[in-house]
Amino acid sequence: MSEVELLSVSKLYGNKQPYIIKNLSVTIESGEFFVIVGPSGCGKSTLLRMIAGLEDISEGVLRIGGEMANHWSPSQRDISMVFQNYALYPHLNVRENIIFGLRVKKISHEEREKRLLEACEMLNLTDYLNRKPRELSGGQRQRVALARAIVSQSPICLMDEPLSNLDAKLRAHMRSEIRKIQRQFGTTMIYVTHDQVEAMTMGDRMMILNQGEIQQIGRPIDIYNHPANTFVASFIGSPQMNMCEAYYDGTSQELRINNDLKLTMALPKLKTSTYIIGLRPEYIHIPQPNNSNQTTVQVVINHVELLGNDTLFSFQVNDQQWTAKWNGQWLFEPGDKISIALDADAICVFDKGTRQLVHSSIKQDHDELQKGVLA
Amino acid sequence: MAMENPTSTGKVPSLNMPYRTFWEKTRPIQVAILFLLPSLILFSVFVFYPLFRTIYLSFFLTNQKGLPTVFVGFDNFIQLFQSADFLQSIEATFLFVLYTVPASVVISLFLALLANEKLKGIHFFRTIFASSLGVSVAAASVTWLFIFNPTMGVLNRMISFFGIPEINWLADPHWALLAVSITTIWLNLGFSFLIILGGLQNIDQSLYESSSIDGAGYFYQLRRITIPMLSPTLFFIMTVSLINAFQTFGQIDLLTGGGPGQTTNLMVYAIYKDAFVNFNFGKASAEVVILFLLILIVTLLQFKFVEKKVHYQ
Amino acid sequence: MMAIKRGSLYVVLILIALLLFFPIIYAFLVSFMSTKEVLMGHLIPKSFSLTNYIDAFQALPLLHSLINSMLVSIITTIGQIIVCSLAAYAFVFIEFRGRQFLFFLFVSTMMIPWEASIIPNFVTVQKLGWINHYAALTIPFFATAFGTFLLRQHFKTIPKELHEASRMAGLGHLTFFLKVVMPVSKTSLVTLGIYCFLTTWNSYLWPLLVTTDERSRTAQIGLRQLHAQENVTQWGVVMAGVVIVAIPTLLVLFLGQKHLQKGLMDGAVK
Ligand SMILES: Nc1ncnc2c1ncn2[C@@H]1O[C@H](COP(=O)(O)OP(=O)(O)O)[C@@H](O)[C@H]1O
Ligand SMILES: [Mg+2]
Repeated sequence: MSEVELLSVSKLYGNKQPYIIKNLSVTIESGEFFVIVGPSGCGKSTLLRMIAGLEDISEGVLRIGGEMANHWSPSQRDISMVFQNYALYPHLNVRENIIFGLRVKKISHEEREKRLLEACEMLNLTDYLNRKPRELSGGQRQRVALARAIVSQSPICLMDEPLSNLDAKLRAHMRSEIRKIQRQFGTTMIYVTHDQVEAMTMGDRMMILNQGEIQQIGRPIDIYNHPANTFVASFIGSPQMNMCEAYYDGTSQELRINNDLKLTMALPKLKTSTYIIGLRPEYIHIPQPNNSNQTTVQVVINHVELLGNDTLFSFQVNDQQWTAKWNGQWLFEPGDKISIALDADAICVFDKGTRQLVHSSIKQDHDELQKGVLA
Repeated sequence: MAMENPTSTGKVPSLNMPYRTFWEKTRPIQVAILFLLPSLILFSVFVFYPLFRTIYLSFFLTNQKGLPTVFVGFDNFIQLFQSADFLQSIEATFLFVLYTVPASVVISLFLALLANEKLKGIHFFRTIFASSLGVSVAAASVTWLFIFNPTMGVLNRMISFFGIPEINWLADPHWALLAVSITTIWLNLGFSFLIILGGLQNIDQSLYESSSIDGAGYFYQLRRITIPMLSPTLFFIMTVSLINAFQTFGQIDLLTGGGPGQTTNLMVYAIYKDAFVNFNFGKASAEVVILFLLILIVTLLQFKFVEKKVHYQ
Repeated sequence: MMAIKRGSLYVVLILIALLLFFPIIYAFLVSFMSTKEVLMGHLIPKSFSLTNYIDAFQALPLLHSLINSMLVSIITTIGQIIVCSLAAYAFVFIEFRGRQFLFFLFVSTMMIPWEASIIPNFVTVQKLGWINHYAALTIPFFATAFGTFLLRQHFKTIPKELHEASRMAGLGHLTFFLKVVMPVSKTSLVTLGIYCFLTTWNSYLWPLLVTTDERSRTAQIGLRQLHAQENVTQWGVVMAGVVIVAIPTLLVLFLGQKHLQKGLMDGAVK
């Protein structure tokens, strides 16, 4: 009933170039947690605000629940929205803020109080009902904004970077809280963030946006394993995917990064040519003795970060800075020379011109893995 | 089954934008006009129309009812610039501006600096310093009229205490404009003081703290931090005082009536007399146009030369 | 060292305060003096008798003119707040073609002194039959560029998300204006209100022109008449008039000073 459908939607401000959103089509299913992620300025907020009705749609069609909604007013769309700066009314206390929209919709007093109580208990706001927003901490304000969305009981909820003003610990807590509430009510959630961790952990599906254009849509884990292009590859994952140019020789089935570093692998679909390859830091391993199936190489460490039980270190590959992530505490010093092993089964290959993915060796194996654990 | 669902991919969706009527498309401007309507009507009737009407009237002779009778071109203006009285009035106005504006700004700045010190009871002093804002032109003028009174007034009593002979402040051509200026400065102080104090309090305290760590003294800070940071405020108050000075009326009406010998016949007072005592609207309108142009020129010069020195954040 | 500095600061502050406040104190003191005391040039009245005040009220319909001033100031203040906040709202919260131009037009009226339009305005008011009516003293001042500008500056500090949240809740422009913008901007409305009250109460030239009979005159014009009637002999009575006319605005100023200072400042410079 409450799916949101965008068909070739574009946005121009004041009929002037450039396109802020370019010919974008996507269907967000009812009850889905859909994350829109992309760098700052890529048009995420604009897109969300077009769905909300706060911004005109320049071209294309928006459907809500199967009906053409381009010119519905924001309130007709029956959508709730949580803003980055929370948009709490400074002159109203918490209680009045939460039920503000219900008053406008002329919902009965008993019903209002019931919903208020329910939402406040869920979010631990019961003790603050008579405070003004300025007397609340950032986290509490955030929860008031959430409560306002909850009591509206709208089938669709939009959130624009709702957690970006919170500290890291609170953010992690609220991530799971929001996810829990969304499941409980079966809300269709469209959630905007520039934080790829939020995108990875919260969404059923996510859409990666860059300069107003869709880069990829899919389940987070699929996107992680099979990034559609170099932009997605470097945007998703932290630390980001290592990349550099490599030459593939079809006859010798050899992927040559430089004279010292060659991977022997069969890429039957690829022509002999120069490609961009990508390898995530976690697929650079400690060389194992007696393993003939690995490609090892000596590198000089130029930077080390010890993250408790993980160690990040960087080194130069051709003109690129690569990073590796090893489990454990490795007390390296810059200048140390070590051997590393590259996991040829995890290499992504991108076309040099179009920057699109042409091959990913990563197996779609998370389903099987999970079954193995569950069994 | 799937075909029945209009959102399914089976059916090619129509991408035609839904139609909106002209009425719907221009909705924002309709609402805006409603909100702006009261202001637009009032401005049209009481600001824009009179401005053009005044310019129009300045090219005519007018009858007793103030209606234009004969078109005379620039005659009104030519006569004004040939009239010694009018030139005297312009001169007096400029002198008055010169006497009042710099003095008001400097004294208010001094007061504001004093009142910005963190002392116990400073709020009381701030209130006193601002008090002249709460006194009307009429009340102030009548009070000062008595202060300047040659026989009973406190001013002459004080100077005679020092052995200086009595001065007939308001009837002596040498002193009258000065006396009016003193009254005006006093009247201006309250408002200018409040604005400048507000400007001082808006200056980021950390600027002073960091320069104190560098060892800067009070006057160095005043010159290098306070005055530059305050310059937008000072510029604002200077512009406002300037425009107000050109429009002075009440003090003249109550203190001197333009006398003695036209020495305090400031332009607005001259306009008032020509328009509403002699009912010569044509001449008065020409005077208004000249006054308006003078204010415009002086303000533009202000913006051109003084604003360059203003340090905006 | 600090103590000396502080002490001398206080001395300077007190001296200046005395000097600046002297005219007001002086008027207050003279208002209790008999004609004879005034003539002898005393500074302190022998007794604080109210005879001058009674005389002032009897010499003229001073009470009536005070009521006129009060009503005119209150009506103008309310009218100006309504008209200017409506206009400021349109400039901040409604996006429409020509907004920039209209705003420029509004601000440009700040450059036109009221005196420049006084002659045609007098004729207009005469034609409308407003001479000696409150309408002449109030309505022309409802729309001001200054007020619109001041409120616009404050409205602009309201996050636009607040407007968007209200739109999603189903509020129209008028309800958003009434239920959110006005309550949120209480401070700046009070600032404008105080400023408007003071300037209206103190205005002089326009009331002088558009009121001709005693019953419609404002307090300032009443003072002018009092002075014209009595100045030769009755300075005490005139000063009583001065004190009566100055008290309401001084009170408003003392009570609203903090507000005024902050609010005017923000409007002026930001
Ligand atoms: N009102 C506007 N007028 C013109 N350009 C705008 C307006 N609002 C946003 N933009 C532009 O649209 C682009 C996308 O903005 P936004 O959707 O806010 O990005 P994001 O939320 O992804 O950071 C930006 O380049 C921004 O400059
Ligand atoms: Mg954004």
